[in-house]
Amino acid sequence: MNDRIRQLREQSLAAVPAISLERARLLTEFYATGIPERVSIPLTRAQAVKHILEHKSICINAGELIVGERGEMPKATPTYPEICTHTLRDFDVLDSREKIPFKVSDDARGIQRDLVIPFWSGRSIRDRIFEAVDPEWIVSYDAGIFTEFQEQRAPGHTVLDDKIYRLGFRDFKDAIKRSLGDLDFYGNPDAVGKREELKAMAIAADALVAYAARHADALERLAENESSGGRKTELQQMAQICQRVPTQAPQTFWEALQYYWFVHLGVITELNTWDSFNPGRLDQHLWPFYRREIEAGTLTKERARELLQAFWIKFNNQPAPPKVGVTAEESATYTDFCLINLGGVTETGEDASNDLTYLILDVIEEMRILQPSSMVQISKKNPDRLLRRALQIIKTGFGQPSLFNSDAIIQELVRQGKSIADARNGGASGCVETGAFGKESYILTGYFNLVKVLEIALHNGVDPRTGKSIGVESGDPAGFSGFDDLFGAYRKQLKHFIDIKIKGNVIIERLWAQYLPAPFLSILIDDCVRRGKDYNDGGARYNTSYIQGVGMGSITDSLTAIKYNVFDKHSLSLSGLLATLSNNFDGDGSVRQTLLHATPKYGNDDNYPDDIARMVFESYFDLIDGRPNTKGGHFRINLLPTTCHVYFGSVVGATPDGRKAGEPVSEGISPVQGADRKGPTAVLKSAAKLDHVRTGGTLLNQKFTPEILADENGLEKLLHLVRAYFRMDGHHLQFNVVSAETLRAAQKDPDQHRDLIVRVAGYSDYFVDLGVALQNEIIKRTEQCSI
Amino acid sequence: MSASGIIFDLRKYCIHDGPGIRTTVFFKGCPLDCWWCHNPESRHSLPEAMPVGSQASNRASDQDRRAATIGCVVSVEHVMAQIVQDEIFYDQSGGGVTFSGGEPMMQIDFLMALLAACRNCGLRTAIDTCGYALEEDFDRVYNLVDLFLFDLKIMDPALHLEFTGVTNELIHSNLAMLASRGGNVTVRVPMIPDITDTRENLEAICSFLEPLANVRRVGLLPYNKLGEDKSLRYQLPRRGRRWETQSPEEISWRKGLFESHGFSVTVGG
Repeated sequence: MNDRIRQLREQSLAAVPAISLERARLLTEFYATGIPERVSIPLTRAQAVKHILEHKSICINAGELIVGERGEMPKATPTYPEICTHTLRDFDVLDSREKIPFKVSDDARGIQRDLVIPFWSGRSIRDRIFEAVDPEWIVSYDAGIFTEFQEQRAPGHTVLDDKIYRLGFRDFKDAIKRSLGDLDFYGNPDAVGKREELKAMAIAADALVAYAARHADALERLAENESSGGRKTELQQMAQICQRVPTQAPQTFWEALQYYWFVHLGVITELNTWDSFNPGRLDQHLWPFYRREIEAGTLTKERARELLQAFWIKFNNQPAPPKVGVTAEESATYTDFCLINLGGVTETGEDASNDLTYLILDVIEEMRILQPSSMVQISKKNPDRLLRRALQIIKTGFGQPSLFNSDAIIQELVRQGKSIADARNGGASGCVETGAFGKESYILTGYFNLVKVLEIALHNGVDPRTGKSIGVESGDPAGFSGFDDLFGAYRKQLKHFIDIKIKGNVIIERLWAQYLPAPFLSILIDDCVRRGKDYNDGGARYNTSYIQGVGMGSITDSLTAIKYNVFDKHSLSLSGLLATLSNNFDGDGSVRQTLLHATPKYGNDDNYPDDIARMVFESYFDLIDGRPNTKGGHFRINLLPTTCHVYFGSVVGATPDGRKAGEPVSEGISPVQGADRKGPTAVLKSAAKLDHVRTGGTLLNQKFTPEILADENGLEKLLHLVRAYFRMDGHHLQFNVVSAETLRAAQKDPDQHRDLIVRVAGYSDYFVDLGVALQNEIIKRTEQCSI
Repeated sequence: MSASGIIFDLRKYCIHDGPGIRTTVFFKGCPLDCWWCHNPESRHSLPEAMPVGSQASNRASDQDRRAATIGCVVSVEHVMAQIVQDEIFYDQSGGGVTFSGGEPMMQIDFLMALLAACRNCGLRTAIDTCGYALEEDFDRVYNLVDLFLFDLKIMDPALHLEFTGVTNELIHSNLAMLASRGGNVTVRVPMIPDITDTRENLEAICSFLEPLANVRRVGLLPYNKLGEDKSLRYQLPRRGRRWETQSPEEISWRKGLFESHGFSVTVGG
């Protein structure tokens, strides 16, 4: 990377995440004008966005090529008090917590105390949600049965398609005008509401154009005062770009990137969408610009690389807005889950990879920064070269890019009723979530703790942690005569809690639709403009609500342990086992050893546990998939945890799989940590027994040491491993390259790391099986191999 | 009744012994007694209980210590059921099954049955052999084996006897026979410092292989410490000293030597 990028990157890495109250102050000032009392809610929201974008400070960093920050400076992170209002205590926690801290200045504290809290207290959507849901929802939420995304962040989970590369905001405004003109006030009772929404969209469109113009002015002023001739010209060029985009469609590669970035800032300033917004299929969107300019000689590959790198840094400058309470525990990360998609297939089903795909992969490899995240879609039509290049980057060990199966994603989307073209233009966002980019609102509504539900079934509806009866009566386990009784009880509890979750979701959906529409985002997602309907109110072409199941491995192994030891082998009684669990295995070490080491486990291509995994999957699917939401769409499932498996584990006592109380449950569809003992092919086979095509995404992590991937042979074999998993319709695979530190941890605590495979010589073995001397040698080699 | 045999391990996703992703079946029992043996627990033909030294082993649980019986009797069906589980990975990668050990040729009937079962399923096979077996047995397996991974260790007959416990004439004649029939053979040389890994011995191997028309691939296997580790783990006696693994730089002249004789050389499996 050149000096400019190096400096920008260092600046970004060094920037200290801090709370910025500029947005909260401007928003509150706007609400205090009295305008919100005179106009409709959509108009209020649009004018609020306009007020913020017209008054927020403009930040242009030295040497930048793409401009615009969400806060006053890199990593200054705004709050969204209309969604959830931080207390002063929350600020203290954010300021002082060891991990993922945010600096809070005395000024910010003062504004929060004197202006923000007095105005928003009791008015935030979070307050409204806790007011509106049923008491049993609150009880389940407090017990850790599920979480709720929309109590702290806006319904996001959408990704942009190619429209901004074809159309300017001038064109969007024309479309809004046409929709307004088409309103039928005599035949359609919703016409008045639509009019308000469309007028709001027009105001929001103007807001972004004004925001860009302010950057153009600032750049011109900077150019006037710039002594260096080169930078002066550059600043003038940038000023011109900001005058053209987003008003007009971009004409150059540079304009396209700047245009997207303004749109990105518009979306994440309007609301704190979860996930953050993202450009989606970047190599597809930028390819026409790149090809045209390279051919015309107006852009070099090196300049394109520099612009992309400058673009990358903009993402890294925007940490995820900090949360409060339980949500802060479940997802402690600066990552705002922008997932750039590369590769895959075109709308007509051809291999979509191109020269730019590889250039962007170079950028990912070179930048090595937390944000944005990146992934490669691998279709059977993509060449091995694409997968090989991705693996070469993965083996350097910073967790990117992850690998997705395009062909599975397309099947998933088509099964949900999307057109084949919309499916092929889609991809995955956030962690692993499938979506029709630019056309779908696909909301993650919360994680669902499958293991906790089993615990409650094993206590006939009582949460053993609190002694409270929070479920339904599903039978005293002492009376279970076989596995079917046990599974029946689990299913009964599952239905009970899923019903509570879904009822809560529809209540929350309506609150968002009514109180916090998103007119700016609605401009960007088809068919909100055409329908005159807000993104948060079913305006999108497709509307999906996901509930994310967590703990697939742990619940499977727990059910398996009971079936195997209690009902098949009769070596344990269920009541004896439950007593052992309630003592957290104290004094029952040998029972725990049997459960851990002499009981079948998911992840070993063994049908005994894997059939139970299928049962867990099918029951979860049956109780959720296809139920209607309030936006004309449906509830669907996916299986991913982010970091929620840690929080969910903390509320579950000891489990029949040998897990101790409070320890994390398994993540995604990965086996329980250390339970897979037959190598990676067996893990993939087990994972592929679940029907990924009927989900909206699954997450599977695999660990490798860098040495296994060091030579070409290792890399090629891994390539085939991925291809085989994708042939079995596996949705996603992420390789975590294990560090020497992890190996040291495995030496100390082998049981937690029984799945770690290392290369011994021309031969690989389980790390924990090796003697200490050989382990030490491998740790040394791993250190040498790591970058 | 179908054939059964004794194996001490079956491993999936083996990526260093033959093309593609493979499952390797480790037969128990070996006619050789190499000083450096890296699977010392495989030497004897029958299942045996081995004490697992608590100091040497890093395994945590009592369960594992109790489970230290090496080798078990298994049926062809049992082994095949595990092999076919990974069919999709073999298909995808051009892989298959490797029979190793120990010495798979020691259990010739069991091996024949497994090779035939693999052929029936259309799976490609390799055997990893020390070459010390009856010529008629090699003749029996010949048509069912897609790749021979054939070890050559020491060319000097006296030294071969000293360090492996057997003489090398039979090994050489078997290799020559496979070569003359046009068999698909990769010769593998374990590089044991000062024993097999001497310039004199490696040159002698080159000279021996050069006239064998169909043998053009050589795999050099740098010394690995797994044997030392396992001897400690299972408290088995071990002769010879502890050696160091050759670095890639140290391997390079050896690789060059074989290449100068026209062989295509891979290092490490």
